[in-house]
Amino acid sequence: MRHARAFWLFVGPFALGLAVFVYLPIGWSVLLSFFDARNTVTPSTFVGFDNYADMLTDGPFLRSLGTFSLFALFVVPLTFVLSLALALLVNGIRFMRAFFRSVFFLPFACSYVVASLVWKLSIFNGVRFGLANTVLAWFGADPVAWTVSTSPPWYWLVLVTLRLWLQLGFYLLLFIAGLQRIPQVLYEAAWVDGARPGWQTLRFITLPQLRTTSVAVLLLLLIGAYQAFDEFYNVLGNGPFGRPPLVYLYYTALGSGGQDFGHGTAGAVILSLLIAGVTLAQGRVFTR
Amino acid sequence: MKALRYLALSVSAVIFLVPFYLIVRNGLALESEITATSWTLFPREIHWENFAELFNDPAVPLLKSMTNSLVVAVLQTAGTLLICSLAGYGLARIPYRFANVVFYAVVATLMIPAAVTFVPTFVVVSTLGWVSNLRGLVIPGLFSGFTVFLFRQYFLNFPRELEEAARIDGLAHWGTFWRIVVPNSLGFFAALGVITFVTSWNQFLWPLVIAQDQDAWTVQVALSTFLTAQSLNVHELFLAAAVSITPLIIVFVALQRFLVRGVTETGIKG
Repeated sequence: MRHARAFWLFVGPFALGLAVFVYLPIGWSVLLSFFDARNTVTPSTFVGFDNYADMLTDGPFLRSLGTFSLFALFVVPLTFVLSLALALLVNGIRFMRAFFRSVFFLPFACSYVVASLVWKLSIFNGVRFGLANTVLAWFGADPVAWTVSTSPPWYWLVLVTLRLWLQLGFYLLLFIAGLQRIPQVLYEAAWVDGARPGWQTLRFITLPQLRTTSVAVLLLLLIGAYQAFDEFYNVLGNGPFGRPPLVYLYYTALGSGGQDFGHGTAGAVILSLLIAGVTLAQGRVFTR
Repeated sequence: MKALRYLALSVSAVIFLVPFYLIVRNGLALESEITATSWTLFPREIHWENFAELFNDPAVPLLKSMTNSLVVAVLQTAGTLLICSLAGYGLARIPYRFANVVFYAVVATLMIPAAVTFVPTFVVVSTLGWVSNLRGLVIPGLFSGFTVFLFRQYFLNFPRELEEAARIDGLAHWGTFWRIVVPNSLGFFAALGVITFVTSWNQFLWPLVIAQDQDAWTVQVALSTFLTAQSLNVHELFLAAAVSITPLIIVFVALQRFLVRGVTETGIKG
C-alpha cells in the first residue's frame, strides 16, 4: 500500500499525460477512421472500412507511400555508408579530431526549415546564378530547374542532399561512440596473427563489433525517413509530385480545403502499423 | 596515407560549412547582389544595416516568434526532465504490483512515432481549446516514452549503496530521489536536457499544426511561412534564418560535451 502511493507519486503525472496525449488520441483516431468525419470530431455516420478502402486503392496516399519508399531507398543507405566512412576517418586521426567532429555535427543545429531555405533559395534555386547551376556552368552544362523538374526528377537530388547534410553528423557521433567501445586488444591480437590494418581489420573486427550500433542507426534512419515532412513541405509545398505520407495526411486532415478526419486518421493508422511492422521485422532480422 | 585522410576530411568539412556561409552571405548582402545574373562568392561589401531593416520590419514578427520558441523550448526541457525522470525512477526502483503493466504501456509507445499521430493529437488538443496558445504548444510534447525509458535504464544502474545509505538515514523514496539521486546524476540530466532543448527549438510539424495565429508562431513557423509564401526579400529571410540559429550555435559551443553525450544516449537504446 505504501509502495502504491509512492509509485503513483512518481509515475502518476507521466501516466496521466501518456493517457491523455498518446493513448486517447490513438483510440479516438481508430474510432474516427471508421466514420465519415468531415469538419467534425464527433461524427455519426458509420462507414466501416470505407475510409481504409479509399486510402488503399490507387490514389494519392498509395503514391505517397511509394514516394516514401523511393526516398528511403536512397537516403538510408547513403547516410549509413557516408556517416560510417566519415566516422572511420575522424576516428583514425588525433590532431584536430574534435574540430572535424564538431564541423560535421554543426548542421544538427539547423532546423529543416532553415536548411530548406538555403537549398531552395540559394543552392538549387533553378536560375542561372544559383550555386548548383553556376557549378554546372563551369563544366559547360545547361542550368537545371531543380525543384520543379520531374523528368528527370532532379528534386530528389535536392531533398536527399538536404537530409544528408542535416543528419550525417548525428549518425557520425553514434558510429564514433560505437568505434570507441571496440576493445583495442582485438586489433592487437589481429596484428599478432598477421592481419594488416585496413580492409582486413575493418571486415573482420570493426564491422562485426559495430553490429549493435549499425542496427540502431538503420532503424533510426528508416523511421526518420517514414516521418519526412519538414523539408518536403518547405521545398516542394503541396505539389503534385514528391509528396510523402505525412504531407498528404496534413493536407487531408488539416488543409484549408476542409478537415477530413475520417480519411486522415485512417491514413495515420495505416502508416503507424507500417512503421511498427518495419520496426519489429528489422529488430527480428538483425538481432538474430 | 595520413595526408589523404586529412585531405578527404578537409574537403568534406568545407562542403559542410558552405550552407552556413551562404546563410550569412545572403543575409548581409544587397538584394540586387543575391539576384545578380552572375554568382559571386564574396559580396562586394557587408551590409550591417540589414539587421536594423529586419528588426524594424513590422511585417516580420521575428522577436515575438523567437521569444515564443525560447519559452516553448525552456518549458518543454524543464517539464520533460521533471516528469520523465520521476516516472523513470518510479519504474526502476519502486516495487509495485502493476509496475510492469505501466512499463509495457510506455514501451508500446516507442513503436509509434509522435509525428504519425499528429492528426489525432490535434483533435484532442483542439477539443481542449488549446489551439494557438502556449499550453497546446508545450504540454502534448512533455510525455516522451523514450525519455522515460532512458531514465529508467539509467536509474537501474545507479549505485544502490548510495540509496540504501539514505534509507538508513530515514529518507523515503521522495527524499532519496531529490537529495541523493538527482544531485549525483546532473551530467545525465544535462545530456538529456540539451538534446531536448535542441529538438524542441527545431521542431516544426507540431507548431505548424497548433500555432495558427501569428502571435503564437514559433520561429520555425515564421520562417516557413515567409519561405513558402515568398512574401519577403531574400536577404531578409536569410538574415532571419541566421538569427534563428544563433541560440543553438551558442548551445553547441558552450555545452558540446553534454550534447555529444545526449546524442549517444538517445541514439542507441540498448
